[in-house]
Amino acid sequence: MTAHVRFENVTVTYGPKTALRGVSLAIPPKQIFAVIGPVNSGKTTLLRCINRTIDFVPTAKVAGRVLIEDEDVRHMRDVYQLRRRVGMVFPLPVGLPLSVYENVAYAPRRAGTRDRRQLDEIVERCLREAMLWDEVKDRLNLLGTKLSGGQQQRLTLARALSLRPEILCLDEFSIAIDPVTTMRIEDILRELKRQMTIVLVTNLVQQARRLADYTAFVSASQLIEVDETETIFTKPANRLTERYVNGEFG
Amino acid sequence: MHGIIDVCLDVEPVSQPAWSVFRPSVGRPWFIGHVKVNSECRRATVPTVPQSTIAASETPERHDLPATTAAGGLGEVGLAGTRNPFAASPLERRKNAKEAIARVVLALFTFVLIAPVLAILVYLVVKAWPVLGLSFILENPANRMTAGGIWAPLVGTFFLVVISLAIAAPIGILGGVYLNEYAGNNWRTRVVALGVTNLAGVPSIVHGLFGVGAFVLFAGMGESVLAASCTLAVMSLPVIITSTREALNSVPMAFREACWNMGATRWQTIRTIVLPNSIGGILTGVIFEVTRAAGETAPILFTGAVFFKGGLKEHGLASFFPYSLNEGCMALSMHLYTLATQVVGVSEPIQYGTAVVLIGLTLAVNSVSIGLRGYLRSRKKW
Repeated sequence: MTAHVRFENVTVTYGPKTALRGVSLAIPPKQIFAVIGPVNSGKTTLLRCINRTIDFVPTAKVAGRVLIEDEDVRHMRDVYQLRRRVGMVFPLPVGLPLSVYENVAYAPRRAGTRDRRQLDEIVERCLREAMLWDEVKDRLNLLGTKLSGGQQQRLTLARALSLRPEILCLDEFSIAIDPVTTMRIEDILRELKRQMTIVLVTNLVQQARRLADYTAFVSASQLIEVDETETIFTKPANRLTERYVNGEFG
Repeated sequence: MHGIIDVCLDVEPVSQPAWSVFRPSVGRPWFIGHVKVNSECRRATVPTVPQSTIAASETPERHDLPATTAAGGLGEVGLAGTRNPFAASPLERRKNAKEAIARVVLALFTFVLIAPVLAILVYLVVKAWPVLGLSFILENPANRMTAGGIWAPLVGTFFLVVISLAIAAPIGILGGVYLNEYAGNNWRTRVVALGVTNLAGVPSIVHGLFGVGAFVLFAGMGESVLAASCTLAVMSLPVIITSTREALNSVPMAFREACWNMGATRWQTIRTIVLPNSIGGILTGVIFEVTRAAGETAPILFTGAVFFKGGLKEHGLASFFPYSLNEGCMALSMHLYTLATQVVGVSEPIQYGTAVVLIGLTLAVNSVSIGLRGYLRSRKKW
């Protein structure tokens, strides 16, 4: 398959601790790619390598290459441009201490969008896609930090969508969101994958099964298996994968 | 939780929720009231309290309940009124006594803490009462400083503080931002941080001597307002840097990372998120530094403060600018020292009046700072 993002023998260490060990995989374009695995297996580290937010961890060392459209992310001249291309949602909801409107308009503004009407459009579209619009449309001036945890999580998602990233990385996006809203966001994600590649890190094995076209299983810093989701869940090649997806360990 | 509590609530509803029976924090009066209610419902059937309920209740202190209670319910003992099952246990009584003692002792020490401040203020104001008034502030010292007011030193202090902060605040704030937001956690940063800490520990007289060497002599400023201000600025720097870093640190890292994640540069993040949410704390630190700079004598002793300056304008606009930057000036702290030790025949109230103005100035500026901090805290955004 052609790859949008390609990991080539990526090893990440935090000081003496190895978080990823020799991971090579290819993430196909305009698909939903799920990464599942027990806690502390390196899932989040994997995501952080893509938009180089791994750089914020002072002790982190990355060996190997991560390529986006065959371009090594570490040799990209403009790391800010890279992060605008790769949207990222972390599990901890963070509402910036700005209004809901400005939260979503933040990235477009920083990227140079000045036109008010254009911003209005972006804000409404992103909030709708994050299933937050109906709850906040009458109070866009409210501080983003005053929203509830689940709302802030969706606000974070809306912010990540505000730049129309070509790759959207979701790290446990649904832990603070109720099941009904989660389902609706999952529907949106299926829509969004026509426009962007989605990398989904999740602890909910069933969520991966519902959503993903491809699934990778990582355990103890190593990539165990990657295949089409159906294969991973029905006839995985590795015994460990089988036990994990069947809930026997993890 | 079922059992005796339900029954009692049936007879006479009480405002406290049922579980508060088991809360050790509930005060004595309520226990007494409850026991009375208890005796009124003597004829009601009291279901037994299962062992598990007692075990599940939140009070380890309740282990002294009569054995019958635990085994056969509260029935016999509680309702016969022979023993109050809700009376404080010895452990509880000891705990309450200790609590009372702790409260009194801590309050006492708090009083000791503020007593000197109050004593000094009252003493100064009483002693200075005869001279206190607008004319004392607005007149220049006269008759070899044995009469008149303190206008010239006051203006001198004002200039010293304003100029020193105009120098120190930008350097300190911008340096603090760099150290906190840009500099990596490496040995160079640590050396700088160590230097700042040590600078804060340098005695003010050493700052004064440094000022003589660096500004008065080397930079050729002479003993002047400018040299004294520069010396004060050097002294202020570490405090401003430290308070700036503290204010910046109070903005959660998660906000920065969220911005960086969206491709915002460090400066964009600082400008849009970090500074707007920490500028209050930074300003508070700077304002506190005003009072310290105003009160210092040692750094300006050899660098620009003079005992007395004659021929100053008494009235009009010129009296607001009595000094030019390259000549010495009078200052309140220095003036106070002079009055107290060098001038013959100065009346007591004038000395104390000077002290009152200096301390009043300090209190006023600090109040502004504290008020600002309170205001900002009230509109904290997360």
